[in-house]
Amino acid sequence: MGAAEAAGSALLTGAAGWLFVGFAVLILGPAIAVVAAKNPVHSALFLLASFLLVACVFILEEAEFVGAVQILVYAGGIMVLFLFVIMLVHQRTAAGTAAFQHQWDIALLLLPVFMIPFLYILGTEKFADIARNPDAFRAVSGRVVGNTEAVSWLMFRDYLLPFEVASVFLLVAMIGAVVLGKRSFEKVD
Amino acid sequence: MTITINHFLILSFLLFSIGFFGVLVRRNFLTVLMSIELMLNAVNINLIAFSRRLSDLTGQVFSVFVITIAAGEAAIGLALTISLFRQRKTLNVEEANIMRG
Repeated sequence: MGAAEAAGSALLTGAAGWLFVGFAVLILGPAIAVVAAKNPVHSALFLLASFLLVACVFILEEAEFVGAVQILVYAGGIMVLFLFVIMLVHQRTAAGTAAFQHQWDIALLLLPVFMIPFLYILGTEKFADIARNPDAFRAVSGRVVGNTEAVSWLMFRDYLLPFEVASVFLLVAMIGAVVLGKRSFEKVD
Repeated sequence: MTITINHFLILSFLLFSIGFFGVLVRRNFLTVLMSIELMLNAVNINLIAFSRRLSDLTGQVFSVFVITIAAGEAAIGLALTISLFRQRKTLNVEEANIMRG
């Protein structure tokens, strides 16, 4: 894989292709286990495995910065938060009550319905599979730098306003989480 | 094994479907939140795959934004979980029905 590949061929071939297949299977297995597991702690750990493997796919796709962010934010931040809250609420494991709602069979039937437009698009649309400019991921105005520098140039030059909006969003989320988590709410029943 | 964009789309579709199924059928509020995270991850896979095919870094920038939104959503969702548990002593979404119409 990489920029040295011959033009006209797909991007992931040979061993990299098999690596992708392995990652895909290993992503989907834990993802099913997240939904199927009864204990939320097991769900969280399977979700962690799924996130780490998605980060591997990102790195395989030459998005090293996003892969690192995925590991730092998801595996390091969000999953710790999840596990913390699971331990905090410490639910008596649902022995008597069913884990699934009763309409799960109807939900499973919806999957083929959603699949029809997806398969239609997959069959009719032909997406390009060759990177026209393989160096775009690591070059800034002609100079070859790293993926992180290229992403940050784009983020702080062209997408500065969305970046600032995202930081305001995080502030709002933080204040909201503090307000929601305060103990002083009256009991409503 | 040659991987085309279609393989990425299929992987992303399956991951999104699993997350969507989890949101629809699980009773535990925490598992519903985790399923939402799965769906956001599926979107990120698509963004990254198309970003490389189109030689455009915008997809990577936007997947960083999606991760940001996921972090905020997880924080708010978990605060709601704690709030729900304090008032109802349960995490079952079917019992959070004060506002039923």
